[in-house]
Amino acid sequence: MSLDKDTVARIARLARLKVPDEELAPLAGELSGIFAWIEQLNEVDTKNVEPMSSVSDVTLPMRADKVTDGGVAAKVLANAPGGAVYVDPSDKNAGGFFTVPKVLE
Amino acid sequence: MAALTDLTIAQLSATLAKKEASAVEVADAHLKKLDEHRALNAFITETPDKAREMARASDDRRARGEAGLLEGVPLAIKDLFCTEGVQTTAGSQILKGFVPQYESTVTANLWKSGAVMVGKTNLDEFAMGSSNMTSHFGGVENPWKRKGDNRKLVPGGSSGGSAAAVAAYMVPGSTGTDTGGSIRQPAAFCGIVGLKPTYGRCSRWGVVAFASSLDQPGPFARTVEDTALMLQAMSGHDPKDSTSAPLPVPDFAAAARDPGIKGMKVGIPKEYRVDGTSEEIVALWARGMDMLKAAGAEPVEVSLPHTKYALPAYYIVAPAECSSNLARYDGVRFGQRVPGKDLTELYENTRGAGFGKETRRRILIGTYVLSAGYYDAYYKKAQQIRALIARDFKEAFEKCDVLLTPTAPTAAFAAGDKMDDPVTMYLNDMFTIPASMAGLPGISVPAGLDKDGLPLGLQLIGRAFDEETLLRGAAALEKAAAFVGRPAGY
Repeated sequence: MSLDKDTVARIARLARLKVPDEELAPLAGELSGIFAWIEQLNEVDTKNVEPMSSVSDVTLPMRADKVTDGGVAAKVLANAPGGAVYVDPSDKNAGGFFTVPKVLE
Repeated sequence: MAALTDLTIAQLSATLAKKEASAVEVADAHLKKLDEHRALNAFITETPDKAREMARASDDRRARGEAGLLEGVPLAIKDLFCTEGVQTTAGSQILKGFVPQYESTVTANLWKSGAVMVGKTNLDEFAMGSSNMTSHFGGVENPWKRKGDNRKLVPGGSSGGSAAAVAAYMVPGSTGTDTGGSIRQPAAFCGIVGLKPTYGRCSRWGVVAFASSLDQPGPFARTVEDTALMLQAMSGHDPKDSTSAPLPVPDFAAAARDPGIKGMKVGIPKEYRVDGTSEEIVALWARGMDMLKAAGAEPVEVSLPHTKYALPAYYIVAPAECSSNLARYDGVRFGQRVPGKDLTELYENTRGAGFGKETRRRILIGTYVLSAGYYDAYYKKAQQIRALIARDFKEAFEKCDVLLTPTAPTAAFAAGDKMDDPVTMYLNDMFTIPASMAGLPGISVPAGLDKDGLPLGLQLIGRAFDEETLLRGAAALEKAAAFVGRPAGY
């Protein structure tokens, strides 16, 4: 499997990852090398083998549908990189918002 | 009396219990070592004030007769564990300045048992790497050097800072996380003990996620008994991690104090004899088996036919999970933000600037194997191979109680080596990844020095949730190997 520059640009876009143009070709080369090495998996017959997504064979536990936490809006917003806006600045745990650039015109 | 920093966790506990030293004195002695060896770059954040405050609280608890299992023991924490009020970076620029508002379950358990935090250790970015060279905060230097050669060596990775800190006697123990070998390989490179527990033994809650079906926290220390003590404090069921095993915590330390292995069946997987492994390591592996045999164990040849496919399958599963997990770093809720003309550009700029080269590479691999049209060919195929690997181990453990293998194919290498081709670097984890894929516990025990004077480790792999047998075997190996190496100048 060989990846070209356009494919790398496409998956970078899917991953929301800015990759400078000059890095696309070297990355395509590196990734192609990795996928060429991964190709050896095709030697293994996996017909009728159930895929294993987790090693823990326990079923996911359920809990009562009750509020067990909350009232910590200030903590949730403490690391907001664009700063936070609070509903009531005198009571930050009353709620607030993360801020992003304008999305709708 | 020996210097406080030379003592093991068990010895420190005894010293503190006998009031021969206070927790504050113990913390100060170790903090001084952090000062002395700062050039190793083992720590991203040192927390001397917090350490003294925790040590004072520990002394108070002891005075009240409330000493816990690790009361007053100074520890270093891999900077992948969220620590309330203390910067947690995952070795990445994108999390620089991130201050968690909560404590991971594993570290909370350690503090509950009385331990004292001296700082947060350096690591490969988001725990992706085998050399610690991918950290945004610079590589860690291994305290060990080749005889007559002053070149800096890597401590292994990804938990390189945690391993180097213990090897350099800055702390008697530290935490790591192991996704494909990130505890066991650095333990081998630094001449210390590193234990990856069974998947589900230690809670992943509050640990920055890399590959959620593989990530598992575990301890580093200089003795098997000390890793057992730490594991005991770290373990336990946590409702906040849905994959945390609802099992009681056994007395791991008691298992580690009992190196009686008479009749223990030790499997030697023939597929681990691979080209590219140093001859000295192959010889050490054979010596290790002889030692266990002399202690009463019985060697059994076993076969794990899908071993060679574990590594390429891992490089589908781990990047796939990483690309999903790292989607959260979008510059909106926490971490660094790089502005853009619209929201999409903000995401792309933030992630492009915030992630390092290896992290970007893995996100791209993961995105590709999960993208439409490729899912079955790659991700599903890798999960099927994972099932076959797990089956191999299950069949092998019908014939033996533990497996003995080398931990890594070479001793520590020089900083900058193996950087040209990613696959060459990935091969470092060929002996550790299969057990990770099957979720099994593994431990690396220092078992000798190579001709250059560098430590080499042997790995024992156990059955799921049978760390006790694993620890007994490791204690026997430790006793027989009688490793006494110590890096010059530390």
